[in-house]
Amino acid sequence: MVFDSLQAFIAMGGHGPFIWTCYAAFLIVMVGLVFWSFQQRRQVIAQSLRQQRIEQRKAASTPVSPSESELT
Amino acid sequence: MPGKWQWFHKLGSPRWFYGIADRFNPLLLGSALLLLVAGIVWGLAFAPPDYLQGNSYRIIFIHVPTAFVAQSVYIMMAVAGAVTLIWRMKLADVFVRSVAPIGAAFTFLALFTGAVWGKPTWGAYWVWDARLTSMLILLFLYFGIIALGSAISDEKSSARAVAVLALVGVVNIPIIKYSVNWWNTLHQPATFKWTERPAMQMDMWLPLLLSVLGLYLFFTWLAFVRMQTEILHRERRTQWVRQLIQQRKG
Amino acid sequence: MHPARKKRLFMVLFLLAGVSIAVALATYAFRQNINLFYDPTEIATGVAPQDVRIRAGGMVEEGSVVRDASSLLVNFRITDYESSVPMEYTGILPDLFTEGQGVVAMGRLREDGVFVADQILAKHDENYMAPEVAEALARAQRRAGVEAHTPASSYDSASKDGKAYPTSESDGEAQGPYYSY
Repeated sequence: MVFDSLQAFIAMGGHGPFIWTCYAAFLIVMVGLVFWSFQQRRQVIAQSLRQQRIEQRKAASTPVSPSESELT
Repeated sequence: MPGKWQWFHKLGSPRWFYGIADRFNPLLLGSALLLLVAGIVWGLAFAPPDYLQGNSYRIIFIHVPTAFVAQSVYIMMAVAGAVTLIWRMKLADVFVRSVAPIGAAFTFLALFTGAVWGKPTWGAYWVWDARLTSMLILLFLYFGIIALGSAISDEKSSARAVAVLALVGVVNIPIIKYSVNWWNTLHQPATFKWTERPAMQMDMWLPLLLSVLGLYLFFTWLAFVRMQTEILHRERRTQWVRQLIQQRKG
Repeated sequence: MHPARKKRLFMVLFLLAGVSIAVALATYAFRQNINLFYDPTEIATGVAPQDVRIRAGGMVEEGSVVRDASSLLVNFRITDYESSVPMEYTGILPDLFTEGQGVVAMGRLREDGVFVADQILAKHDENYMAPEVAEALARAQRRAGVEAHTPASSYDSASKDGKAYPTSESDGEAQGPYYSY
């Protein structure tokens, strides 16, 4: 470590505000990207499941075959 | 079409890609975080200060990686765009869609960290020199691709329009890269070169190298995750996606 | 390759070539506007317009900085090692302003050839090194008798052994005594 103390590390020789602003922005954007991407994933899966349930219900209510071939 | 192009078409199979991504994702994320944390901690706390700039130069450990990856991502998008136009491969379009927001975010970060770094070193947050301006154009290109992609609802025409824009915009990349050599700019020439000896001493350059590689791996991981999502969405009516989703639920 | 694909491949290449040529021509036509600043040679040879706000950029000549004792007025010369231009500036200089380092100044060229700046930005190069390394480099260079304009041939090491460095080709010494901090 090139800094003598934690305070010196945080102060960064007076450049602390600039450096930490950059690193905070970096962290926020990266975490935001990941969070957003997984939220999209959950949405797509939920939507797909809903779709499947609707189709299953439809298949159950209609008596025989034609819908079945549509499903597969 | 069997023969020498077969591997290429197999590469275009969304299902095949989904499995590959699943297999590589943990490894990618793990090594990305390892390298990023190592590079940044080394750069922030252990690398020596610069003789001229003091500690403010430590912004370089995120500024250069984000700028570097932002440009590489655009090149990859242009290549994928060409593949979409020539081979009509769906996976190429999935790639362009999935990575455009990541590229935009990295470009924004490069501009933002550059501006914050510019204040203490140059004395200005922003100047309209060729490097900064061409980088801003890159951000707008990313925005353009995202907007164009969501504006056209037909999947095929949307894919082609986006591919053309990605391809045309790639001329901006050599301009960004060589702007500091072709014109008078306030921005200094490249620090990070693959081919030459770096203009930086080793215990500054190695942490930079680690964070560049780390960000590359992080990008790859996030791109894979987002491409998987896009595939799940596009192939939601196929049997294999239905089964996969049922399994995930169970 | 399938003929249809081959055709599309050529179209893609054609598109790329066309756009590249168009952009190359446009940037060539605007090259003077894309340059952020005029360099000292352009100013000395009259390429740069007078009485218009322009930017001038170059290296701060070694030994040319003269600070006014009672105000914030600073005189110095910038050089590209071919020509040099005298500058006048009143205000606070950026931290990185040092002899031998680059600057970009915004201002006007007066009739007497002095560039009157109202804003000074520091331009640094792509070399990063630790202070000790920079100092060692400077010492080695001094020993080898290399002309000092590389980084870290800085003023404080110069004032320590009490002698100013010879300035580059141009007649910077005429501007005044060597300034030491």
